[in-house]
Amino acid sequence: MSDAPIISIRDLRKTYHVGEVDVHALRGVDLDVQRGEFVSIVGPSGSGKSTLFHIIGGLTPPTAGSILLDGHDLLGLTDAQRTELRKTTVGFVFQKYNLLPTLTARDNIEIARHIAHKNGPLDPKFGDVLKLLGLTGRLDHKPRALSGGEQQRVAIARAIVNHPAILLADEPTGNLDTENSTAVLGLLRDLNQRLGQTVLMITHNPEAAAYGHRTVRMRDGRIE
Amino acid sequence: MINKLVVENLKHRPVRTTLSIVAISIQVTMVLTLVGLSKGMLDEQARRARGVGADIIIRAPSSSVINTSLNMPAGIVAFIAKNEPHVAAATGVLQQGTDLLNYVTGVDLEEFDKLNGGFRFVAGGPFQGPNDVLVDSYYAAQHKYHVGDTVTGIVNRSWRLAGIYEPGMLARLVLPLKTLQEITANSGKVTMIYVKLDDPAITDEVIAELKQKLKDYQIRSMQEYTELFSVNSVPMLKEFIYVVIALGVLVGFLVVFLSMYTAVLERTREIGVLKALGASPGYVLNILLRETVLLAVAGSILGILLSYVTRFTINDVIHGSLIQSIVYIWWLIAAAIAIVGAMLGAIYPGFKAARQDAIEALAYE
Ligand SMILES: Nc1ncnc2c1ncn2[C@@H]1O[C@H](COP(=O)(O)OP(=O)(O)OP(=O)(O)O)[C@@H](O)[C@H]1O
Ligand SMILES: [Mg+2]
Repeated sequence: MSDAPIISIRDLRKTYHVGEVDVHALRGVDLDVQRGEFVSIVGPSGSGKSTLFHIIGGLTPPTAGSILLDGHDLLGLTDAQRTELRKTTVGFVFQKYNLLPTLTARDNIEIARHIAHKNGPLDPKFGDVLKLLGLTGRLDHKPRALSGGEQQRVAIARAIVNHPAILLADEPTGNLDTENSTAVLGLLRDLNQRLGQTVLMITHNPEAAAYGHRTVRMRDGRIE
Repeated sequence: MINKLVVENLKHRPVRTTLSIVAISIQVTMVLTLVGLSKGMLDEQARRARGVGADIIIRAPSSSVINTSLNMPAGIVAFIAKNEPHVAAATGVLQQGTDLLNYVTGVDLEEFDKLNGGFRFVAGGPFQGPNDVLVDSYYAAQHKYHVGDTVTGIVNRSWRLAGIYEPGMLARLVLPLKTLQEITANSGKVTMIYVKLDDPAITDEVIAELKQKLKDYQIRSMQEYTELFSVNSVPMLKEFIYVVIALGVLVGFLVVFLSMYTAVLERTREIGVLKALGASPGYVLNILLRETVLLAVAGSILGILLSYVTRFTINDVIHGSLIQSIVYIWWLIAAAIAIVGAMLGAIYPGFKAARQDAIEALAYE
């Protein structure tokens, strides 16, 4: 079973209905991702990269096709089941960090655990992760007191605190300067190498894409 | 954890939060002040009535607690004294309204003294002449009166202050019965008759007998009579309180609706983030409802504190004849009203947030 791909997508389609118009965001995507892989996804704007992530992450249901996550088919899941999936199976990192501005870095991480019903003290191993992320001294600051790079590292910590099977990073370095980008990309690679974290990362930057084991190209809702 | 988020969210917008709390507190104070005033005034009247020390009270047919303008012949006093063997003492008093809330009471001191040993004077003493007035120490303090002063403006005349007595007895302003009867064209009339029995245990039997003899008159034991001093027996007061409560709910509703609606719009993105983290619609709704309840509770506490301010103002600064009491049970009722109004206001914004599409919310600028 552990040899089976953690993500297995066949002929995945997603159509958005915008008024009278149908927008075919995904037109038959086939993709397998192995456990512990770091896959970069590139492609022009509007090619459906984010849409693919939103479906894998259970934020929106697929229109047709099959998508198996850890053996579970996402087609036909109820809203509540997709909510459950987001809690347990995936972690999101966005271009715009998206930390809750009223909470400290620590509480931004804690709230993800609270939502996933994980209370009690943080796993001591997670302290190592925070060290790895270089966040130990910054945990009691609110987002506005943190640099973009720090905010994104908090967002990464928040995304992996519940040990998701898959980390989905949508242009995680899109708002960062070169130095911070390098740091964040290095971290994603470390998490992948040291913890075996499966990572899918969307990027427009070929250098960033090179951090992955392989690069997948999307165009017009398909994988090239 | 969720409580931390709730508190931080409220702290994040201090002005909006403060204004919401203040608006809620005002409606809470409004309710508490109205209820406190009603209760205070009625209790004070009941206390004074009890202070008379009578067992039975007789009033003219079809008069009500606050309508004392209907009088009856004073001859009934003598009639009762003669025909009821158990009557130890009886006296009639005449009440005359001076303005909306105040009245003077005409008393025959000689008869009145037999009822209860009379007024306990803290200064001066009983009437010396027909143009004397007695006031309770509370009234004297309010108006800074001393024995011997001239008191003007009571039923359009000047009076000499003969004595100041301990409060809680009959009324706050007392004139000689005869004088009051004459100047108000009520000669030979009284408003109420207080009856004292030689044995209070037989009050009910005597009332039954009196009811035979004085058909249509309102004859009650002191117990029954003082129970009449309740919100229910004042015409329209209950309705008025309901209107104020309805306004309170409406204010809470509007304030929280606006406050939460703007909060939800402003936090669209954060709601998207929570959902991306796996928060269910119920989780999001829960956060907003907790914020709402916290606003309502804080508003209620502030409102309760403010009701002490209104009480101080009414009782000690204005020096009127208004009395506001603090009615503890209404703390809960007023808070419940505030919470209900606030919750109603949070429903629409709450569901809007709960049903927010996560992807759109995350794309929201
Ligand atoms: N919620 C939505 N409703 C309607 N159309 C949408 C929605 N989300 C995406 N689309 C459309 O689907 C297509 C794919 O969008 P998507 O965001 O997946 O592209 P992308 O590859 O992530 O682009 P970018 O590189 O600009 O982020 C686009 O044509 C977009 O307009
Ligand atoms: Mg995108």
